[in-house]
Amino acid sequence: MAANAPSKKAKIPRTAMPEQDPKVRARNFQEVALGYTPEMARIEAGRCLQCKKPACRKGCPVEVDIPGFIKQIVEHDLDEAYAVLRQTNSLPAVCGRVCPQENQCEGACILGKKGEPVAIGRLERFAADAYLAKDACETVTGGPACSMARDDLKVACIGSGPSSLTCAGYLAARGIPVTVFEALHEVGGVLVYGIPEFRLPKGVVRQEIDAMKALGVEFRPNWVGGKTITVPELLESGYNAVFIGVGAGLPRFLGVPGENLIGVFSANEYLTRVNLGRAYKFPATDTPTFPAKHVVVFGGGNVAMDAARTAMRLGAEKVSLAYRRTEYEMPCRREELHHAKEEGLDILCLNAPVEFIGNEAGRLTRIVLQRMELGEPDASGRCSPVACQGDTCSIEADMAIVAVGTGANPLISQSTPGLETYRRGYIVADPATGETSIPNVFAGGDIVTGAATVISAMGAGRRAAKAIADRLLGPTEAGHPPEETAGQSVDA
Amino acid sequence: MPSRILRKRKLIPGATSELVIEAPHIAAKAKPGNFVILRVWEDGERIPLTIADADPDAGTITLVYLVMGKTTAHLETLDAGDDILDLCGPLGKATEIHKVDGPVICVGGGTGIAAMHHIAKGHHLAGNHVVTIIGARCEDLLLFRDELCSFCPEVLIATNDGSCGREGLVTDLLVERLTNDKTVAEVVAIGPVPMMRAVAEATKPFGVKTTVSLNSIMVDGIGMCGACRVSVGGETRFACVDGPEFDGHAVDFTELAARLTAFKDQERLSYEEFKSHGCKCSK
Repeated sequence: MAANAPSKKAKIPRTAMPEQDPKVRARNFQEVALGYTPEMARIEAGRCLQCKKPACRKGCPVEVDIPGFIKQIVEHDLDEAYAVLRQTNSLPAVCGRVCPQENQCEGACILGKKGEPVAIGRLERFAADAYLAKDACETVTGGPACSMARDDLKVACIGSGPSSLTCAGYLAARGIPVTVFEALHEVGGVLVYGIPEFRLPKGVVRQEIDAMKALGVEFRPNWVGGKTITVPELLESGYNAVFIGVGAGLPRFLGVPGENLIGVFSANEYLTRVNLGRAYKFPATDTPTFPAKHVVVFGGGNVAMDAARTAMRLGAEKVSLAYRRTEYEMPCRREELHHAKEEGLDILCLNAPVEFIGNEAGRLTRIVLQRMELGEPDASGRCSPVACQGDTCSIEADMAIVAVGTGANPLISQSTPGLETYRRGYIVADPATGETSIPNVFAGGDIVTGAATVISAMGAGRRAAKAIADRLLGPTEAGHPPEETAGQSVDA
Repeated sequence: MPSRILRKRKLIPGATSELVIEAPHIAAKAKPGNFVILRVWEDGERIPLTIADADPDAGTITLVYLVMGKTTAHLETLDAGDDILDLCGPLGKATEIHKVDGPVICVGGGTGIAAMHHIAKGHHLAGNHVVTIIGARCEDLLLFRDELCSFCPEVLIATNDGSCGREGLVTDLLVERLTNDKTVAEVVAIGPVPMMRAVAEATKPFGVKTTVSLNSIMVDGIGMCGACRVSVGGETRFACVDGPEFDGHAVDFTELAARLTAFKDQERLSYEEFKSHGCKCSK
């Protein structure tokens, strides 16, 4: 069996993953994708060709040793598979679920050239889940975690989303004490307030964070960077370096009339109420959400999909998604669009809102939409939507969710003299190291790039952590294995 | 990291209490005008409360709340020695306080008097002549009278039933003062929306700068969601990060009042459940 020729392996079909039935899952918050069984995982892992120069690894922003962990699954050593993942990825159970693998590792897999790529994301998820399910705290810290703790050094991370968690995990594994300051009451950033339970169970996030606590990372929730504590204060109080990973959490609104009517929400508010506030259990929990029959979501990204699918699960009779372009241009993951359609999402392409109309109590009742058509490609390379003059219609709606993107929250830049930002408030940082205009202050993730993916934020957190470790420990003591640094411009 | 309640004082039994809470990292930073977001238990919601006072030396902040729904009723079940599960702050922009030429009139209504107290104190410490005007339905509901009297040269009182001070509204006293005193530099108003709107309308003909502290619905309190958005001068602003204080003459009070009712059915449901089953948290 191990002697299968590559051509033969390419013909084995990619192993499907069991999912909840669309009719059932459209009304619950349990995870949609159920994960591989050990047997399915072994079959899928057996498809990997174990390339000498794996393209998949280059496709991964944190360069997980993909053939390495897959080999361990084939050999039934799940502890070792997890250990390989954790060498470069602090949140494998999360990434296996939410990465757009089609554009990353799986998009680069050689098998994908003629057939279907190896299901790397599903295997990563399987290895992480199998490991975490064992609840073996003592071995979570295995490997590099046993570095001698340095009590003369300390680093602060502001924000606890994917970039900060990765930075903190990397430094802690090298013995550098890290304190993570989080503004909300729960740690995890977008993983806890943004991505819903049915796509990323919160228990999974919590387990990975517990693994980081076991590494010695200290978490301080309810500390608002820029308010409760500022960057200059952190440096003055003896932190050797500060990493800013506060994301791009400022919601953008459409700027059309009636947008402040009752029933019009930013996707951030809607998802925060439901995910962080667990409003789907109201009134057993105290945070209310807004009951609605006809919901219209504006946007075409993952956040729009998450909001629309959440509204279905909260009992809306009809959920429509209005997007200015066509399905082809939607930036969301294909799998999420597919899932949403299976669950009954109504898609209104080539439509843009022009006005929200309400009743005398200030509550939304209708939305006026403008028909659009695709024009010339814009700077992003996508065709820009152009209004079809005079072609409008109005649809009934008692709730609208605006998911047209986010901007940089100014709390940190306002409270940090000398911190250089771009015009729209994103922080200027060296692409190789993440260092900002202030020495020893680093930044990464969405607050530098604007809204992007979980894994690219993790890549930025890891690059900054390497630069910080090199500076504080010296490159030798920081102990980057040769294969980790090879081919990267990160480490001087 | 829960925060310990050190002292509790019932200001109006069953309705309004004052908590002194151990929170040195917030007390060190809290300025007049700032607020906190708190959460009482693990399935609780986040609610904003203005910081009524702060003592950086003692490491404490003071909060005053009116029991008006589930979460404040739940908070009212706590006592000295109990913990508040999550306490986050100080949030919002601090009041702009500097030495001005004429008197500053601080108007407070209901629980808003407590929030106004911190601002009045700030103006007093900046060397301004502070006139406070406080109002309530009757004398028993007047908060912070002694505290205000301890530093304010003038504390004017209005009650609806005339049981204390002038019978009538705070705006009656305000208009009288503005008519007789052309040197008033600024008016600050904190209280229920109708009261703040009335104050803004009363001061407008006099052309006196008027600041109001808005109490819109909040979730995160750090500018992430826009639940607290208000229209000021025709522009959308977030009360939690751009405010909560704004120019009273530019605020769309009609929109604010409507938005405050967005969840009233759910709020009633949650409060009824709480009253019939009591506190569900396992103590």
